[in-house]
This record gives sequence, C-alpha cells and structure tokens, in this order.
Amino acid sequence: MNNKKKYLSTPYVFWAVSFIIIPLCMIFYYGLTDKTGAFTLENIGAMLSPEHSKALLLSLGLSFLSTVICLLLAYPLAMILHGMNVNQHSFIVFIFILPMWMNFLLRTLAWQTLLEKTGVINSVLAFLHLPALNIINTPSAIVLGMVYNFLPFMVLPIYNVLGKIDINVINAARDLGANGIQTFFKIIFPLSLPGVISGITMVFVPALTTFVISNLLGGSKILLIGNVIEQEFTQASNWHLGSGLSIVLMVFIVINMILSSIFDKDGEGSML
Amino acid sequence: MKLLKRFYIILIFIFLYAPIAALMVLSFNESKTRSKWGGFTWKWYLSLMDDSIIKQALKNTLLLALLSALIATLIGTVAAISIHSMKRRSRNILLGITNIPMLNAEIVTGISLMLLFITLNMRLGFTTVLLSHITFNIPYVILSVMPRLKQLNPNTYEAALDLGASPLYAFFKVIFPDILPGVCSGFLMAFTMSLDDFIITHFTKGPGFDTLSTKIYTQVRKGIKPEMYALSTIIFVTVLILLLLVNFTTNRINPADDKRQKKQTAET
Repeated sequence: MNNKKKYLSTPYVFWAVSFIIIPLCMIFYYGLTDKTGAFTLENIGAMLSPEHSKALLLSLGLSFLSTVICLLLAYPLAMILHGMNVNQHSFIVFIFILPMWMNFLLRTLAWQTLLEKTGVINSVLAFLHLPALNIINTPSAIVLGMVYNFLPFMVLPIYNVLGKIDINVINAARDLGANGIQTFFKIIFPLSLPGVISGITMVFVPALTTFVISNLLGGSKILLIGNVIEQEFTQASNWHLGSGLSIVLMVFIVINMILSSIFDKDGEGSML
Repeated sequence: MKLLKRFYIILIFIFLYAPIAALMVLSFNESKTRSKWGGFTWKWYLSLMDDSIIKQALKNTLLLALLSALIATLIGTVAAISIHSMKRRSRNILLGITNIPMLNAEIVTGISLMLLFITLNMRLGFTTVLLSHITFNIPYVILSVMPRLKQLNPNTYEAALDLGASPLYAFFKVIFPDILPGVCSGFLMAFTMSLDDFIITHFTKGPGFDTLSTKIYTQVRKGIKPEMYALSTIIFVTVLILLLLVNFTTNRINPADDKRQKKQTAET
C-alpha cells in the first residue's frame, strides 16, 4: 500500500522540480554569467559598489528594526490573547488574516492618508496638543509599513506555540517557588522559542526584500535592495545584474532558514 | 492589569484596522483627492458598475484565485497524503522543498519564475500567472493538511480495507472526512494568498493582463481611482459577513467541538 502511495506524490514532485528547483537554478545561471554567456563573478561583486551596498545596508537596518518592533509588539499580544481563553482558536487567526482581504497595496497606501501633514493622525495629535508627526516619505514610514504588514506573521506563530505549552510545566515551576518573572524567563520563553524564531523568519525575509512598501511610503527617493533588483528587471532589463544581486540576497535568506530549522525542528511554530 | 491588557489589545487592533477604516471612508468621499473630505457620496459605487477595466481586473483576480486554489488543493492534498506515508529521509527532503516558496523572498520567487517562462518562450499572461500562483499556493495546502494526517488513526483505514473496501472507497469514507477541515483551511489560505498577491504577479504577468493588485500599482503615480476603494470595501464587507456566518453556523453544528473546547478552557 505504501508503495502505491509513494507514486501519488509524482505530480507534486514534477511540479516542485519544474517551478521551484529549475527556476532557482536559472537565477544562479543568470547571476553567474554575463551577456555573452561567459562565467563571471562581476554581477555578485556589484553588490560592493557604493550605491548597492548602501541600499543593502539600509534594507538590513530597516528590516532588523521592524523585526525587533514586531517581536516586542507581538509577544505581549500573543500572551494576552492566549490568556483570554478565547474558546475559538480560529477566531484569533481570522482576525489577523481578515485584513488581507483588503488589497495589500491599498492598505499600505492608506497609511499615506493617515500620516499626511493634515491627515487623521496629525489632527488627533493636534487635538491632544501633541507635536505633529512628520514621518511620511522617511525611513520611519517604511518601518511603520513593514510592522503593519508583517505583524500578523509574528503574532500567529507565537500564539500557536504558547497554546502548545503544557500548563503543568508552568504550574510545577510555580509550585517549586518560581515567581512570575522567573517562570516566564525559565519556562515560557524558552518553550516558545520555535514560534519566536519562525515569526522572526516570516517578518525579516519579506521586510528585507520588499520594494513595494518603500515605493509607496518612502516617496520613491529611498532605495532598498528590493527596489534596486526590481528596477534591474523591469526598467534597466539587466537580468544578469539583477540575478547576481538576488543571489547575494538569498545568502541572508538561507542563513535565516538554517536558523529556523535548527530551532524549530518539528515545525511547531507554524503559522496555521 | 486587566484594563491595561484590554487597552493594549484595542491599540493593536486600531493599528491593524485603521487603514481599512480609512479606505472605507475614502470610498464615500465626494472629492477625488485622498487628502480632502468633500462630502458623502454613493457615486463611486455606481460608476464602479460601468468601469469595464476594473471589472475585467476583478474577473481576472477572482478566476486566478479560484483556479489556483483549486488546483493547488488537489495537488497539495494528494502530495500531503503521499509525503505522510514516506520514510523519514524522503519526507524531509520533500518538506524542505515545500518550504522554499514560503520562506524565500517573493521577489526572488517572482524573478526566478519569470526567467523560467521567458526561457521557455512562454507568452507572459494569464497562464504564467496561474502557474506561479499554484506554485506558491501548494505549500499552504500541504502544511495545513499534514497536521490532520498526523492525528489520523492508521488502523481505521486498514480496518476498512480488511472489511473489503477498495482503497479509493476507504480513502473517501475513512480518511477524507477526517482531513477535510485541513483541506478546507488550506484552500481558504491559498485563495486568500492568491487574492492578495502582488509581487509574484507583477513579475510573471505580461502587458495587457492585469489583476486588481497590478492595476492599483499602476494607478499609484496617477492617483488611485475612487472606484477601487468602493470595490475593496465591497469585497471586504462581503468576506467579513461570510466568515462571520460560517463561524456561527459551524459553532452550532459542532456541539462536540464546543464541548471539547470548553473542557480545555476549564482545564487551563
């Protein structure tokens, strides 16, 4: 019976090889050759040029910052949601997935309306006699957009993993005299690491590689590495250079994947 | 403390839903510019009916989401069943490959698929976008079906076979009902992801083919047509109502589930 079942995966294996493996090989082929088809490392070395390395460093900085902010916002939120004992797990997921039904570009653009000099947020701030917030078209606006778009990807894995922690372990720690803070740092946090790591991966990679958020909220003056690559493909049509830069980008993604597979062997921290 | 927790949750929800509220308000805005309130109007909802470009983009988007989610659910469910019965080694390899589209950057996935299609001399358009959407949707289906398969009792299937059921009959009578929730949530995830996708569509679409996302992206510089706000408000409200209905009806149909959950709550 198992032999027969094995063949059931043939369509998927075929699909995965054609549309996942081969396309990735093509990026390597284009990235490591020049226009004549000869082998070269120039496209990869191009990352070291001042404009590209500046874009990469800015991307790394902003995505790191937004990952940290997401984690700081999401962890307490996941704990509160977990503590509320909502007897509908799917309801929590639903609340965080629901915004995705409003187009992601429109939602991000809406922040422009909210953040404008005379926008809603500044009107509220003025009403409360607080200083105005002028972050539109700055890196801060991009970070805000990243946190806004990717926060659910941090909340859901942590929330899921908290639900899997055996309550008896926590009770045992309390019985043995640990106080709330000790229980958190010695028991809850270490056990929730798979979720945290998976959340970090899910936020850091899209934030590092985005070109849409920087385009919509950065006023098209701030170039992230995603913008550079996108322009190489859609405007400059230098696929070799674009692929070379993508290979460099993939190094960071692979590091991230390895980290997550070390800490989350059983896929415990999955989003679903 | 309790008050503080409430306050924190409310704050996060305002953060998550404020842009959506803003878009809804904009869909009733008489003035065409985003930054000014010109009074209440229904006119964008009316002109939406006559806007053939937006209607075409909506049709493309929905067709794409439906087809890609259906095909992905089919391939993904079959693959999950097969992966589940594999030996550890081959299972890990396949699951590793499955994770690639989920963990890899969308821009890299989009570019790699575009390079493939162009090398194969395929005309970029509906077909290429559909193939790409199926590709990134399959992992969501596999990852939501796999946990259900792990919970299955393998003996029930064997028992069905022993009692004379054909493998196919046994599958549909024994295994399928148990994994159905996973299949459904996989389908829904896939549909949502396809609907909300911009980046991969952006790279694999050709000129002349547009989904709502790519249409909006080209409108960013010129200014978004207010009809777009109206349309997305309609979509959002429809989905909200549908999901709430589903939530309430499943609650009623499944008293056993409810009991189990209550028990869990009582335990914790």
